Amino acid sequence: MSLTGLFLVSFLVIHLIGNLQLLQSDGEAFNTYAYFMTSNPLIKFISFGLYFFILLHAIQGLVLLSKNRSAKGTKYAVSTNKNAQWASKNMGMLGILILFFLLIHMGDFWYKMKFTDQLSLITYDGYDHGIKDLYTQVEASFKELWVVIVYLIGLIALFFHLDHGFQSAFQSLGINHKKYTPMIKGLGRFLAILLPLGFAIIPIYVYFIK
Amino acid sequence: MKLTLKVWRQKNGTSRGELHSYQVEANEHMSFLEMMDVLNEELISKKEDPIAFEHDCREGICGSCNMVINGRPHGPNQGTTTCQLHMRYFKDGDTIVVEPFKAKAFPIIKDLVVDRSGFDRIIQSGGYISVNTGGAPDGNAIPIEQEIAATAFDAAECIGCGACVAACPNGSAMLFTSAKVSHLGLLPQGEIEHEARVESMVDQMDKEGFGACSNTGACEVECPKGISIENIARMNRGYIASIFGSSK
Amino acid sequence: MSNIKLDSKTPKGDLKNKWTDYRGSMNLVAPNNKRRIDVIVVGTGLAGASAAATLGELGYNVKAFTFHDSPRRAHSIAAQGGINAAKNYQNDGDSAYRLFYDTIKGGDYRSREANVHRLAEVSTSIIDQCVAQGVPFAREYGGLLANRSFGGVQVSRTFYARGQTGQQLLIGAYQALSRQISKGKVKMYNRHEMLDIVKIDGKARGIIARNLLTGKLEKHAAHCVVLATGGYGNVFYLSTNAMGSNVSAAWRSVRRGALMANPCFTQIHPTCIPVSGDYQSKLTLMSESLRNDGRVWVPNNIEDAKAIQQGKKKGIDIPEDQRDYYLERRYPAFGNLVPRDVASRAAKVACDEGKGVAPTGLAVFLDFASAIERYGKAEAYSSGIENPTTQKITELGQKVVENKYGNLFEMYEKITGENPYENPMKIYPAVHYTMGGLWVDYNLETNIPGLFALGEANFSDHGANRLGASALMQGLADGYFVLPYTIGQFLSNEIRTPQISTDAPEFNQVEKDVEDRISTLMGVKGGQTVESFHRRLGKIMWEYCGMSRNAEGLKKGRQLIRELRAEYYNDVFIPGEANEFNPELEKALRVADFLELGENMMVDALTRNESCGGHFREEFKSAEGEAQRNDADYTFVSAWEWDDNEPILHKEDLTFENVELKTRSYK
Repeated sequence: MSLTGLFLVSFLVIHLIGNLQLLQSDGEAFNTYAYFMTSNPLIKFISFGLYFFILLHAIQGLVLLSKNRSAKGTKYAVSTNKNAQWASKNMGMLGILILFFLLIHMGDFWYKMKFTDQLSLITYDGYDHGIKDLYTQVEASFKELWVVIVYLIGLIALFFHLDHGFQSAFQSLGINHKKYTPMIKGLGRFLAILLPLGFAIIPIYVYFIK
Repeated sequence: MKLTLKVWRQKNGTSRGELHSYQVEANEHMSFLEMMDVLNEELISKKEDPIAFEHDCREGICGSCNMVINGRPHGPNQGTTTCQLHMRYFKDGDTIVVEPFKAKAFPIIKDLVVDRSGFDRIIQSGGYISVNTGGAPDGNAIPIEQEIAATAFDAAECIGCGACVAACPNGSAMLFTSAKVSHLGLLPQGEIEHEARVESMVDQMDKEGFGACSNTGACEVECPKGISIENIARMNRGYIASIFGSSK
Repeated sequence: MSNIKLDSKTPKGDLKNKWTDYRGSMNLVAPNNKRRIDVIVVGTGLAGASAAATLGELGYNVKAFTFHDSPRRAHSIAAQGGINAAKNYQNDGDSAYRLFYDTIKGGDYRSREANVHRLAEVSTSIIDQCVAQGVPFAREYGGLLANRSFGGVQVSRTFYARGQTGQQLLIGAYQALSRQISKGKVKMYNRHEMLDIVKIDGKARGIIARNLLTGKLEKHAAHCVVLATGGYGNVFYLSTNAMGSNVSAAWRSVRRGALMANPCFTQIHPTCIPVSGDYQSKLTLMSESLRNDGRVWVPNNIEDAKAIQQGKKKGIDIPEDQRDYYLERRYPAFGNLVPRDVASRAAKVACDEGKGVAPTGLAVFLDFASAIERYGKAEAYSSGIENPTTQKITELGQKVVENKYGNLFEMYEKITGENPYENPMKIYPAVHYTMGGLWVDYNLETNIPGLFALGEANFSDHGANRLGASALMQGLADGYFVLPYTIGQFLSNEIRTPQISTDAPEFNQVEKDVEDRISTLMGVKGGQTVESFHRRLGKIMWEYCGMSRNAEGLKKGRQLIRELRAEYYNDVFIPGEANEFNPELEKALRVADFLELGENMMVDALTRNESCGGHFREEFKSAEGEAQRNDADYTFVSAWEWDDNEPILHKEDLTFENVELKTRSYK
């Protein structure tokens, strides 16, 4: 869980950097970036790795969830979160939420980009053929209020998931140190806020400002 | 003070249990268990079945007492076993819910009594240093750095009560197991068998049906001896080393 | 039946070489024969776990029994202060002889010289063994083992592991035991309580145990039986013992012919948290190590004491010159570190005078203010603070005290709700340990061949008073280093004995006896709880056989116990059934045995017309109120053969060849 999780965090960082190009008023940078990401053979290869790790992380998580549910047996009549952070006790639920979000997210953009011809083509200097205008599709999607809400829910889940998950991964890998663990926790919280916030800016920006 | 207790009653391991309500008159100087004694005396006088619960030393060291009080193993006070929890921490008119430790690996025997023998089997799987009686070198033959000895001690304070398992949403015994692993593995005497010990103790833990650690940290909060999850990280290191083979 | 001849089997020769020579000439059991010999060990505390583990290592087939859910719960775990060993690591002149001498003297010359010397000799091996097992003893900055001093001695020989020495030693023994369990050399029976022993042809050959989960009686056979079942302090109901500690295994052996030695020798520990109410189920000890730094006092005048009792004043309100540091005043040489019996009696005297400091009038102060000041000043000096403020000194001093006794202070605060750093602790003596126990010879064998008794369950090493940090030492000495050798003396004659069968008629008979005993108790169906009887028994014991005793009271107490016993069998009520998990029935069986033992204690105390150690007879004291021994008439061990009408006394004369009997003085 920890290794796959940390790998996915690194993906999120790259994903965010790329996507922030959506904030530019002109779609060229983003569209050419999207084209590059879907056509470059090396990236293609890495992306298969990514799908694999997403699936692995999800499957591992689901297996763990079911194993731990059964190890706990029946629940207490009185439940409390006084001994642990809420997120840490609900990683499975958060993960499932994020998985659902991912399906919607990928269905909307990734699937349309890769497997359909629904997107209009657009030509830029330096390209001898038209490339798919994902930028416009994103804009169109984020003009729908329900999509924005779904994204925000997904990103809130991501915040909680990362807040616990990042530092938890280090603990699982046996890294716990008086001096460094607080730093890791700090970094984890920083990423947990920064990444979802960064992603959240895009739909909010598109919906309210653009 | 007048209290309403809702106590988990369950005839035996196979029957269904449920919460029963009782009224009890307590005084603030009583320990929680003494309050339970008073209730039991009343039940027996009424020829009713007293509530079965485990207790022995009543000074916080034997690890027998095991109750989940208002959702928290050993009650609301940190660093306290049930026997050392005093009624002055409750208010007149409070309703207190008392449940047994719950985990699949701790099957209920009766009422609040559960079977924690899985812990014994984890220790038997490797929670020792392999020395026979006699032939030990002089106690001062190996000086041990004070800080190492103190860290080992912190882990060795575990009383085997099982609050970590009871608190864990996964019913995991990582804190218990890692406390022993740390205690022995940190000391030069026990370091020799460290990796093998980790491997066999973790295997046994899984066999017993304890869950996996998801680092909620609830265990260290509820541990009456304040054992830290640093120990779990230490055990994880040992486990990783045992899988990949040590550098030795 | 009175033809019992008590032979201590003490080997001949010079005291210093007795054990070594004896060990070298003892009969051995060859490894191939050990494999064919079964040993039952009852109890898994320090003595039991260490014995079972060591016997397993040697190759015997061991069956170990505990009524707990795990061997690790035995009450040895609660010992706080430490374990003595004559290592002389402090270079303060300690030696095996000095430890021997201190123990003999501390025991008021009522123990067997040879046993005590052996204990002192093996004490050093215990530390080595425990360190090898991973017991995290306290260490100095240089990494070597640290020591502290305890009551009744003038050297620093106590090894400790914070305030949890017993726990750490027990966990060590438990781990050694667990290792043998995993190797199949020890078969562990948790939640099994021994209810009787089975003798075949006069030899102990097995036990009847009740599976506490199912209530089923089980027959277990072996070539010999080892009892390591602890002490019987719970006869007083309120004691520092665990709730489950009981005398049943030992007492059932007495009912089968073993002898109870010196049952009236009980240790009242001076530093316990005082009783606060009738509901109280047990008393909590504050380690004796606190007396290293704490000063014991009561107010000089009764008015102040009254004001404190009524809550109008606090300890800190009493000015220095109005305080009576009575231990320092009465015993200047040892001061606050006098042995336990002396300290306890002195507290009783102060409270009897009306100077007690709790609402009940039964408490004295244990004050750390001067230690905090002393440590604070030293700390300020060493950290280079010039002219520190009082506040700074207190702050620094509290930190030092916290490092030394933090967990004890915390425990005190949890229980009483008072902060002991600010207000002096209140303490009062409470029953803590029983020096008496099953009579055993030098081999730790009772008068029943093949029945051995170890640790607190036997009477052997502490005489009339045990020194602090010696119980752990004795339990482990017996289990690790004595019994595993001496058991060979018996077993070497048993190598031709085939496996003992539980089909023998003797097993069926004893099993039936146990069944009858249970159904008798279950059948009473009276109106009073077991607990209420136990509480009443405790009050009688404390009143008439407690810190001080007199002939009249003992006679009365005996009568009261006999009446209570009769009432018990007429009016006790045990809920539930015999053939199920039934903690009340467990308790009822134990209390039934206490009701007999209590009488035996009264009889023993009545016959011993002297004051010695924990046994203080008001008729026998000096003009200053100190205990007065009668060496001419009472230098013997009283070993009692039980009889429902009149217990029969057997005497083992004690001979002292190496120490001179002196009046014990700590002045």
